[in-house]
Amino acid sequence: MVAAALAAPETQAGTALVIRDVSHEFDLHGRALPVLDRISLRTEPGEFVALLGPSGCGKSTLLRLVAGLEAPRAGRILVDGAPIAGPDPSRVVVFQDPTLYPWRTVWKNAALGLEARGTVRSQRDRVSEALEMVGLSGFARAYPHQLSGGMAQRAALARALVNDPSLLLLDEPLGKLDSMTRITMQAEIVRLWQRSGFSALLVTHDVEEALLMASRVVVLSDRPAQIKAIVPVDLAYPRHRGDPRLAELRREVLGLLGLEANW
Amino acid sequence: MFSAKQLQPAEAANQSISDEPLRPAAEPRVWTVGLLAAAAWLAAAALTDRWPDADDWERTGLLAELMAAIGVGLLLAAAAGGLFGARLTRLRRIGPWLIALAIVLAGWEVATAKLQLLPRPFFAPPQGLLEVFTDDWARLGDSVLHSLILLIGGYVIGAAAGFTTGVLIGWSSAAGYWVHPVLRLVGPLPATAWLPLAFFAFPTSGSASTFLVALATAFPVTVLTWSGVAGVNRAYYDVARTMGAGQRFLVLKVAIPAAMPSVFVGLFMGLGASFSVLVVAEMMGVKAGLGWYLQWAQGWAAYGNMYAALLVMALMCSGLITLLFRLRDRLLSWQKGLVQW
Ligand SMILES: Nc1ncnc2c1ncn2[C@@H]1O[C@H](COP(=O)(O)OP(=O)(O)OP(=O)(O)O)[C@@H](O)[C@H]1O
Ligand SMILES: [Mg+2]
Repeated sequence: MVAAALAAPETQAGTALVIRDVSHEFDLHGRALPVLDRISLRTEPGEFVALLGPSGCGKSTLLRLVAGLEAPRAGRILVDGAPIAGPDPSRVVVFQDPTLYPWRTVWKNAALGLEARGTVRSQRDRVSEALEMVGLSGFARAYPHQLSGGMAQRAALARALVNDPSLLLLDEPLGKLDSMTRITMQAEIVRLWQRSGFSALLVTHDVEEALLMASRVVVLSDRPAQIKAIVPVDLAYPRHRGDPRLAELRREVLGLLGLEANW
Repeated sequence: MFSAKQLQPAEAANQSISDEPLRPAAEPRVWTVGLLAAAAWLAAAALTDRWPDADDWERTGLLAELMAAIGVGLLLAAAAGGLFGARLTRLRRIGPWLIALAIVLAGWEVATAKLQLLPRPFFAPPQGLLEVFTDDWARLGDSVLHSLILLIGGYVIGAAAGFTTGVLIGWSSAAGYWVHPVLRLVGPLPATAWLPLAFFAFPTSGSASTFLVALATAFPVTVLTWSGVAGVNRAYYDVARTMGAGQRFLVLKVAIPAAMPSVFVGLFMGLGASFSVLVVAEMMGVKAGLGWYLQWAQGWAAYGNMYAALLVMALMCSGLITLLFRLRDRLLSWQKGLVQW
């Protein structure tokens, strides 16, 4: 089972994701708090989709459902045609908080997935490669409390990439990075995505980031989140911040978010 | 928020402060406090030796010699301070304590052996204690050994049982359902309350005492392991689960390491509780160990022996606590700001 799950991504086709009429709610102080309202979305294998929406609208919740950490109250989520039964290493999440284990070194944190599946010994190189990729080779033996916030987030990214996912779920993975590292990491993730061919679902607050990285941007409404619009980004990679088409798209998306007055 | 100019004076001040620690190289070669301490010890030795005792004490000479030896040792260390450098920094730190100790010892000597200001049998002079160590060391050593065996045996069993129970009820709500009420009712009962029952129910007083020590240890370890496991950040589990971790991994590699800081608090509390149960068990049941030695000394009105045994016990307990601290610092080095290698 584990071996199969790991062997599958070698073929390097990203997963096709189907979210069909998914609604979800939480119980808050004994009352139902609707968070997602009939979300339907279909992504192609290898597609890079960004989820954009106001704070607290339910983006992280949707990601948790796709990861299989929780089951939706209504609706279905299919991965390559099969309903999600639970978490699976082919769908790895980079959480909003890095949540590195403070008792493990950076290297051992990155090796977490391999260790959980008992394959560290045969795949040690992959850990080192992933750390190299996020620029943390020199900190392999450091503990999380010795990292800066941005470094911790890069370590969390490495920890996810080690698993060779076919669907990478990114929950504001660059939120804590300084703007310079952020620009580098955006390009780095896109490059990685192009090379490995996984599908990616990126949650972000940053309109420009969504437009720079994703092939489609899903704009969500306030809680309970509904899909307001899906904006295709018809630009070739690598994209440039100064591109006039990008500015146009940004105005359009900001308008959808109700922020056009500020621009 | 602050302009660069506003910051500058503060920074300059900081710099002069941080320069300070760099200076010890230029510290005077001779260690003045050490010289004072040496003088204090030598003076105490002279006082002990020259001033005749009011009563016969066999080890007055030895006491004076030991004091003199410490004095000479300090004198050498103080004079040769520059030679040993860093190795003496620890000694330097306790310099003032060494002076105070010499003064207290001299005062004690004068008040007891020399002037007999304090009622006789209850206040033994320093040489009285020394005599216990030179003449009764075999029995005292034997008692320490017995105490250690009993304590460590009971502590290890109690800690292991408490840890296992704590993890179990922290992890499994079914186990929690059954164990929690029992723990709430029975746990707060002082382990010593079980004493009569234990000595009656167990075949030997040794096994009964081990049980009591284990019981005293187990309660705090259980509660703090449990709360440690229950308090683990749920996100840690999410991370591991998305990467394909099974239950076993979640318990052994996530829950337990994350709970360790709390477990150690329980281990410390358990160690403290086990000391007091140990002494009571030795006094009431087992006819061996430091607790028994204390009672035996009291029976003979041998107060010198009692003080000596108390001193040894204090050293033993404090040594064990130190040992546990060392272990914690090793295992939880990730928790502190300390760098590993
Ligand atoms: N476990 C939970 N129990 C109760 N309510 C929850 C829970 N998790 C999330 N919520 C609620 O669901 C709503 C959506 O949360 P979610 O974390 O998905 O927001 P988000 O879109 O990711 O926001 P942000 O951009 O600020 O991260 C919030 O109002 C939150 O209060
Ligand atoms: Mg979120």
